[in-house]
Amino acid sequence: MPKKKTPFSKDTKFAELLTADRRLLQLLSRFGIGLGFGDRNVAQVCQMNQVNTDLFLMICEIYSDSSFTPGQTELGQIDMSDLLSYLKASHQYYLNERFPHIEEHLQRIIEACGKKYGPMLRHFYDEYKQEVKRHIQYYEEEVVFPYIEALFKGQRTDSYKIDEFEHNHTNIQDVLDDMMNILLKYLPGDILPKERIEISYDIIELSDDLNRHSLIEERILIPCVESLENALP
Amino acid sequence: MSNRVIICEASEIIAIGLAEIIDGMAQFDVVARLDSPEHLSEKITATDVNLLIIDPMLIGVSNKDFLAQLGKEHPQLTIIALATSYFDHAMLASYNGVIELYETRSKIISKMTEYTQSENTKNTDDVELSKRETDVLVAVAKGMMNKEIADQMNISIHTVISHRKNITRKTGIKSVSGLTVYALLNNLIDENELIP
Repeated sequence: MPKKKTPFSKDTKFAELLTADRRLLQLLSRFGIGLGFGDRNVAQVCQMNQVNTDLFLMICEIYSDSSFTPGQTELGQIDMSDLLSYLKASHQYYLNERFPHIEEHLQRIIEACGKKYGPMLRHFYDEYKQEVKRHIQYYEEEVVFPYIEALFKGQRTDSYKIDEFEHNHTNIQDVLDDMMNILLKYLPGDILPKERIEISYDIIELSDDLNRHSLIEERILIPCVESLENALP
Repeated sequence: MSNRVIICEASEIIAIGLAEIIDGMAQFDVVARLDSPEHLSEKITATDVNLLIIDPMLIGVSNKDFLAQLGKEHPQLTIIALATSYFDHAMLASYNGVIELYETRSKIISKMTEYTQSENTKNTDDVELSKRETDVLVAVAKGMMNKEIADQMNISIHTVISHRKNITRKTGIKSVSGLTVYALLNNLIDENELIP
């Protein structure tokens, strides 16, 4: 099947971009792009909001076409601090918005489960939350990102190298899938079915978003850091 | 033992590239390339292949039925998805394995080896856990490691891993914590048996 060419360029009307792929809506708050952009094009909107247009377009491409891999020249133009701010904003979005939203739904299901299944579901979720926090906060934000920031300033640290990077998002997605299977297939059918269907939509969306997030780390972040590492004496 | 491979992929560039990688491995032979799933089943019979690598794009949304049918007609067949773009987990779960377009040569080689070693990953229709699998599931849910389970049940670690793969395939649950919830929900274990 021929791949449809993504219509994104600096001259694309910003609004068209969002109709082409609704998932790109999620990117607005992470880039700090406000609404009310009217008929302006991508370059204009990015400039108004002090967003790096190349990085923004590259991330849009990955969101709408998972096979997209930027070339060396494109990667060379990426500003590392912009990329890190984007990744941190995504982390905040997951930790402060998406996960609490899912947890809120889940809490109602847990309460409806009563003593028999409630505590074990709670335990399952709490353990998961710990793992997500460990990876995102204690690992990426406290180990990996500071390392990259130092590298960017030309300081070499021997304690870490990017090829040790934990590709842990797969685990995070696996457990989300497990959670959905438990909610749809295995919990007794009469416990809050409507709520369980709603939470499934949220889980599917989050899992998809996390998938793109790992692609961004694998195809943009890691190659960029590798060339920084190689550039140092 | 040599594995006979068929590649079903519409893009000739991709198909030839993949065939080149696979043919470079001693234990694999690419015996045919098809650009559509038409006559696939006949071709499998005619060439006696045991490994099919297919682009899920070619069979579209009806893939589950198509795969189940293919599995029934060719019980020896391991079916691997060649993910040329993004597919959701549920869709790929019907395959015995997945190769992604941007994986490196060495990753593809290690995956091919792994997929052909697990003999018991077939019969995608069969979802009931066997007695042995249930025993392994209970042990996993109680927090035992593969080595401990192997020792206790007097089987090799390899067999434990193969049981665990089947449990995951049948239940759709991958994580230990998820399997624990599954075991509790199905009354296979009691909460008091869990090691805190």
